[in-house]
Amino acid sequence: MIFIELLLAFLQVGLFSFGGAYGAIPLIQDTVLSHGWLSEDMIKYFIAVAESTPGSIMVNLATYIGSNQGGIFGAVLATISVVIPSFLIILLFVKFSDKIFNKPFIQAILDGIKPCIIGIIFASGITMLYGNLFPSDSISEFDLYALIITVILIAVSVVWQKIKKKSMSPIALIIVSAVLGIVIYGI
Amino acid sequence: MKKTKARTCWDLLCTFFKIGLFTFGGGYSMISLIDDECVVKKKWITSDELMNVTIIAESTPGPIAINCATYVGYRQAGILGSVISTIGVVLPSFIIIYIISLFFDNILENKIVASAFKGIKIAVSLLVFTAALRMLKIIPRNKLPLIIMAVTFVAMIAISVFSINFSSIYLILIAGLVGYITFAISRFRKEDKK
Repeated sequence: MIFIELLLAFLQVGLFSFGGAYGAIPLIQDTVLSHGWLSEDMIKYFIAVAESTPGSIMVNLATYIGSNQGGIFGAVLATISVVIPSFLIILLFVKFSDKIFNKPFIQAILDGIKPCIIGIIFASGITMLYGNLFPSDSISEFDLYALIITVILIAVSVVWQKIKKKSMSPIALIIVSAVLGIVIYGI
Repeated sequence: MKKTKARTCWDLLCTFFKIGLFTFGGGYSMISLIDDECVVKKKWITSDELMNVTIIAESTPGPIAINCATYVGYRQAGILGSVISTIGVVLPSFIIIYIISLFFDNILENKIVASAFKGIKIAVSLLVFTAALRMLKIIPRNKLPLIIMAVTFVAMIAISVFSINFSSIYLILIAGLVGYITFAISRFRKEDKK
């Protein structure tokens, strides 16, 4: 029965997808291929759609595949299944977090992890920026428009901060960037 | 009292709906959004708490979006709050993806969508930097954290340049171990002095 299959498959994805969406993609690919839900080309396309629409990539993929396999009910079921494991883990964690975080050795471990996370995020920012400027992953194909948009966005947020005395909200930045994309890359 | 809880829940739903609607390209850019909405504007959690949730999110399975929403919701309004925030953050993409799956065979071939998304991708990478810079403010300016950060950065870049199959979870484990060992050493020295 497709609904039970969806439930189990996406519970599994939700439970074993460490390290964010990009860690989960291979897992989702394997799961979907082994169930024969989609062809490899379709998965590639789905991933591209999931990346280009708002929301977590993993959840988007679950909704998309669920809907594709079992209509609205399948979509709801797959989405809930992929969300439930992390939801429960965090609930457990909050219950005990005050007790855990007060322990000095846990603080020490966290003090080691914090800079590590910042390093990971910086590196991911660089990788993403590089991916924008060199879309086909080769130095020869440089996207000048992307560089122009990057410079304009930085300028806009600096000017905004100077004038309004507070930093530009991420939502405003995203809206400006979408407009710039349409204006510069064309309709 | 009951009314205030209903208000809080409504506030959580609206805020996380907004966050869900504007999160593109995965979790890190979302940290910037959560920081702006939940730390700066609503003061629901502190920067330090956000950092801790990020660590937990990175070290446990599942999308960061869900982890953050559940945590903030629970802190504000218990289990109900966590359910509502999680639904709020998932709902926008659920609706959009469901509509796309029904009506569009190839949405990415639509020129406007494609152009807008190329622009958004750039904003997203800048937001990832913002998230990292804001976090940088709350860690101590000592040698060890800076070394850990630099080593992780170089390792992550190397992993992506040479496309090595190495999950960032191992780097986190190693960093945690380093933190623990420094702690154990300093404690050992103190006892030695006694």
